[in-house]
Amino acid sequence: MSTTVTQDDTGGPARPPGSLRRMSVRSVIVWAAVAAVGAVAWTVLALSRGESVSALWILFAALCSYAIAYRFYARYITYTVLRADDRRATPAERLHNGIDFDVTDRRVLFGHHFAAIAGAGPLVGPVLAAQMGYLPGTIWIVVGVIFAGAVQDLTVMFFSMRRNGKSLGQMVREEIGIIGGVAALIAVFAIMIIILAVLALIVVNALAESPWGVFSIALTIPIALFMGIYLRRIRPGRVLEATGIGVVLLLLAIVGGGWIQDTGLAEALTLSKEWLVLALVVYGFVASVLPVWLLLTPRDYLSTFMKIGVIVLLALSLLIARPVLQAEAITDFAREGTGPVFAGSLFPFVFITIACGALSGFHALISSGTTPKMVAKESQVRLIGYGGMLMESFVAISALIAACVIDQGLYYAMNSPAGATGGTVESAATFVQGFGFDTTAQDLAAASAAVQEPSLVSRTGGAPTLAVGISEIFSTAFGGGLQAFWYHFAIMFEALFILTAVDAGTRVGRFMLQDTIGNVWKKFGDLSWRPGNIIASAVVVLLWGSVLYIGVTDPLGGVNQLFPLFGIANQLLAAIALTLVTVLLIKHGKLRWAWVTGVPLVWDLVVTMTASWQKVFSDVPAIGYFAQAQRYRDARAAGEVLPPAQDPGQMDQVIFNSTLNGVLQSFFALLVVVVVVNAVVVIVRAIRAGGSLPTTEEPAVPSQLVEPAGLFATAEEKRAIAEHERLVGAGTTEGGRG
Amino acid sequence: MTGGDVREAVLRAGRGVRWYLREWSGEARWDEYLRQCATHGHPPVSRREFERRRADALESRPVSRCC
Repeated sequence: MSTTVTQDDTGGPARPPGSLRRMSVRSVIVWAAVAAVGAVAWTVLALSRGESVSALWILFAALCSYAIAYRFYARYITYTVLRADDRRATPAERLHNGIDFDVTDRRVLFGHHFAAIAGAGPLVGPVLAAQMGYLPGTIWIVVGVIFAGAVQDLTVMFFSMRRNGKSLGQMVREEIGIIGGVAALIAVFAIMIIILAVLALIVVNALAESPWGVFSIALTIPIALFMGIYLRRIRPGRVLEATGIGVVLLLLAIVGGGWIQDTGLAEALTLSKEWLVLALVVYGFVASVLPVWLLLTPRDYLSTFMKIGVIVLLALSLLIARPVLQAEAITDFAREGTGPVFAGSLFPFVFITIACGALSGFHALISSGTTPKMVAKESQVRLIGYGGMLMESFVAISALIAACVIDQGLYYAMNSPAGATGGTVESAATFVQGFGFDTTAQDLAAASAAVQEPSLVSRTGGAPTLAVGISEIFSTAFGGGLQAFWYHFAIMFEALFILTAVDAGTRVGRFMLQDTIGNVWKKFGDLSWRPGNIIASAVVVLLWGSVLYIGVTDPLGGVNQLFPLFGIANQLLAAIALTLVTVLLIKHGKLRWAWVTGVPLVWDLVVTMTASWQKVFSDVPAIGYFAQAQRYRDARAAGEVLPPAQDPGQMDQVIFNSTLNGVLQSFFALLVVVVVVNAVVVIVRAIRAGGSLPTTEEPAVPSQLVEPAGLFATAEEKRAIAEHERLVGAGTTEGGRG
Repeated sequence: MTGGDVREAVLRAGRGVRWYLREWSGEARWDEYLRQCATHGHPPVSRREFERRRADALESRPVSRCC
């Protein structure tokens, strides 16, 4: 472990281009206008009650806030707090090997990084949180990303970059201590298992009893295999060509799903949730042991193109369709905590239901490791880390809008567990009428007929709701009466990248397991040793598969029970990441700036610990896992069967599941407490040592590269690049550079 | 703006998109490799061989995909 004492705050870099002191009159006017539009949008959202509010206000409020945060706060963090220094060579430049250390154009790397961080999370959380109304979700997504999520991604990326792209776990071990390091390693692995299980659960819920969905998703596998073989044997390296063919085949698969609905095949493809679990587990295992070129890589191209395409389409169609918000600003469920989608009141549960899009700990795994090894210039972490996360937040905002513009009776009929809705359109209509909606059984039947699904009642998990929202927005915007096509298009696109996340996650989990066990049993750590691969893959798949099975068969509804665990787990991971970067700021002698990561850390700890506490110790059975187990245990002892359980077997199941969830919940929280306590010890030591401690930061090496910092090169930067090229005499600039 | 300007702008944008997609998907790596070989005077391997090595290098490098 190389150790250098860093001297900071002396000889820092020259002020960034266009700093505050030198803002031109024109940019003052532009930024004042952006601020004014944002302020108006927020005011409309905050003050409108009971009148019709256009969803575009949410869009404008978010976009203006992002722009201001990126321009001012991200710049402040990058240059003043972190002191990114473009005279210093990045690991991509110093250790260039063309494989993982590789100087990459900032815009291309932005695309890679965004593709890696954005998945189903920002699409699902906001849909579920719409139960609280549109306002709490909007505020948390926007404020959360600006002050917590994007700050985490940016600072983790920066510190990892200064350490040759070390992973989060490695940095915790080296900078905080071995105890914290081990706790972090276990937490990362366990949390990943939960995340994979919950993602898979969303796919299962979206595909169960839907032959159209199963057909099109199943076809993605042969399509990806075909692309893999095409790229390996037929036309090596022609990725765009292969992806183009893949996308066309994918669209045909969606159309084809509509045709097979009315044939004899439909029955064979109407799968129960249990069968889908089995299919996913087998698929996950096979995908993890197959060579990546055959399935994983082509599938990733496909899902990324679909992802970007849908996000762009959604943003455009929102502008064209200009839908009106149907949800209330703040619902009664937010105050009372009795909502059917998930239990618990606004604080803390809105903040854990929406993780991705506001603050997602999982990003810390990507912001450390892969991306920092490819950054060309230190200052570019602002665009890639902070900017990438803002973009994901925008996806979350779009998903929130989609959930808030559909009929809210339908929203609750779709998102409440079957135990609550009764499972039929009649019982579901009675159920939502109980909340004061005038949605009838005919309305619910018409909604499912419009998207050609057998039923939309209790299609929990968020994906079907989002698909309904997207299909309504798209068919309003583009016309043509294609609602059923758009619904299955949206389901397909979500399932596609959830499956990509499941493949990739299983593989990452397998590597972690092999690496960890490799410390004691050398042979097992050898990634090319086949039996090791198979055993580790099987263990990882069985772990998430069993949590998935438990969720799928839970009488109380898997999403209702597991989603809080998922959200808390993800944000506990964020707590570990924010603890690390706060410790690093202090060790680098930047105590007076430690609030930048310290404030979101404290907020995140308050939220996750309150939520964990409530999930473990609350005596309200709907919230506390152990209270729930106790309630069912008491009833079973008295010989009763409590709904929604239908027989003593299901009673036992509820007791087992709730106890397990409670134990997992306490375990995660405990691991984070261990990391935080270990960190506090280090912080105290640093302050006692006079305000700084040695870190594992790599010593500075002068950079030979000249690259722009932001998305667009400034005139000053263009001149510098031209000058540099004249001196070096290299005439090999790329077509679109600058 | 004259017709020629518009045409020029559209062409420029098209080239930009093509450049971006080729860089993003890694297709441009091959061109880069050929240029490197030419500069250093190495005979290049076949495209098939080059892409195979590149794909196999991914085998031991997990790509994380977030939720």
